[in-house]
Amino acid sequence: MTEALFQKIGGEPAVNIAVDIFYRKVLADDRVNGFFEDVDMEKQAAKQKAFLTMAFGGPNHYTGADLRRGHSHLVKRGLNDTHFDIIVQHLSDTLRELKVKPEYIAEVGALCETTRNDILCR
Amino acid sequence: MTDITFNGRVFPCADGDTVLEALTKGGAPVASSCRSGVCQTCLLRAVAGPLPEAAQKGLKDTLRSRGYFLACQCQPTAPLHIEGPGADAAPLSATVCAITPLNRDIVAVELRCTDLPLYRAGQFINVFRDPQTSRSYSLASTPGLDPHLTLHVRKFDQGRVSSWIHEDWRLGDTVTISGPVGECFYLPSNPDQPLLLLATGSGLAPLYGILRDALRHGHRGPIYLYHGSRHEDGLYLGNELRGLARAHKAVHYHRCVSQGDVRADLRLGRVLDVALADHAEVKGWRAFLCGHPDMVKQARKRLYLAGVALKDIYADAFVRAPA
Ligand SMILES: Cc1cc2nc3c(=O)[nH]c(=O)nc-3n(C[C@H](O)[C@H](O)[C@H](O)COP(=O)(O)OP(=O)(O)OC[C@H]3O[C@@H](n4cnc5c(N)ncnc54)[C@H](O)[C@@H]3O)c2cc1C
Ligand code: HEM
Repeated sequence: MTEALFQKIGGEPAVNIAVDIFYRKVLADDRVNGFFEDVDMEKQAAKQKAFLTMAFGGPNHYTGADLRRGHSHLVKRGLNDTHFDIIVQHLSDTLRELKVKPEYIAEVGALCETTRNDILCR
Repeated sequence: MTDITFNGRVFPCADGDTVLEALTKGGAPVASSCRSGVCQTCLLRAVAGPLPEAAQKGLKDTLRSRGYFLACQCQPTAPLHIEGPGADAAPLSATVCAITPLNRDIVAVELRCTDLPLYRAGQFINVFRDPQTSRSYSLASTPGLDPHLTLHVRKFDQGRVSSWIHEDWRLGDTVTISGPVGECFYLPSNPDQPLLLLATGSGLAPLYGILRDALRHGHRGPIYLYHGSRHEDGLYLGNELRGLARAHKAVHYHRCVSQGDVRADLRLGRVLDVALADHAEVKGWRAFLCGHPDMVKQARKRLYLAGVALKDIYADAFVRAPA
């Protein structure tokens, strides 16, 4: 079902374009860029690609437990709902810039929402 | 915890350990150098078992499809059967045919290779002092323009490989090198794109090759080269580069020093700061960053934030090999 969303948004090529715009927004935003400060940009870009693929409903092998493990050190540093909302907002802004249909953007938002409790380790 | 089978022997691999660490702990050391996924010295081949994506990052498709991976980047999560690399990574012999000082601590070394491998300007080779000790050096030569491979080697006091090259290499010596590696090179696909070349110290080596390669391919867009060092005596190839800038309207060459006096032909400041002060608008440009790891890291981030696409940033950080 979500595979279909991934294809409608444009599949892997779309992720490659989106990651460039999305990650630039995140790094330029002082409210969240502290969480990305120490990570190597090249590796980070690859991870953000994994994130977007997942948010677009594409093929990925992350479980809820993986997401918890991957963000628990950030939660310890204060990651909260506000940060989560900001990231999702940057993602929808990115998709809007890329002229993705509003209903697909809403689907991406809903998909992100299902991960909220895992990302915030609750 | 999982198992690695290497040449028929089984090695336990603790969670979070790389294949390189597991084999070393198990008494089967694999040659390695940078241990950060750059130099490709620790190339091995998986014959069975799943490889994590990170283990193959930066490898050519031809190697990737045959199961090659980097031992220092591979943290296996399931049992893995692996073998040595075989002919693909077999070292080559080269003859030292010229050694020319470029400044107080950098020499140009020319190597003649009978089976001169196909390479692209900007790639690097690994120089082996012995089978376990190697270092990466970028190619300053350009295929089609230069008959030999040229390296610019900066001498580090007590440097296991760089001091050896400076002190012990003689004309006519036979030395052991790897084939060409790396992704930092010019592609002729977009000849009107402005190019920004930032180098510190011997980071000029790959950019000297890339600059001449771009011109050879008829690059039409402007090419801005910023070469930086702490003091003026750390810069080199000034006459050659001024000559290129005179001969090609598109080439702009800036010499930068982070300490000292400002003069007409010398800019005060670090390469990245000077370049960004000159160019407020870099969106759509292609950037090549070589030399000090801190410069490369900062430049990658600031150029990206200034609008350069990730795919248009090519870089070689001259990371040190761990002790
Ligand atoms: C992709 C790549 C391309 C490279 N291209 C070039 C090139 O074109 N030309 C070139 O000269 N080098 C280049 N290098 C660096 C080179 O590979 C070696 O790291 C360098 O020559 C030092 O090796 P060594 O064996 O002489 O020193 P080591 O024995 O590794 O170190 C000896 C001593 O020198 C110090 N040292 C080593 N490196 C540095 C450093 N960068 N800054 C300060 N102190 C240091 C160490 O701390 C130690 O005290 C490149 C590296 C990479 C990864
Ligand atoms: C919208 C929900 C989110 C999802 C689905 C998500 C997903 C992911 C994924 C798949 C990875 C890669 C993990 C890996 O392979 O190692 C990752 C890494 C990361 N995420 Fe998220 N993420 C989300 C929200 C956030 C938020 C809100 C922040 C911080 C503001 C954040 C910061 C990071 C950082 C810093 C990393 C890299 C961690 C590291 O390398 O140390 N993420 N995320």
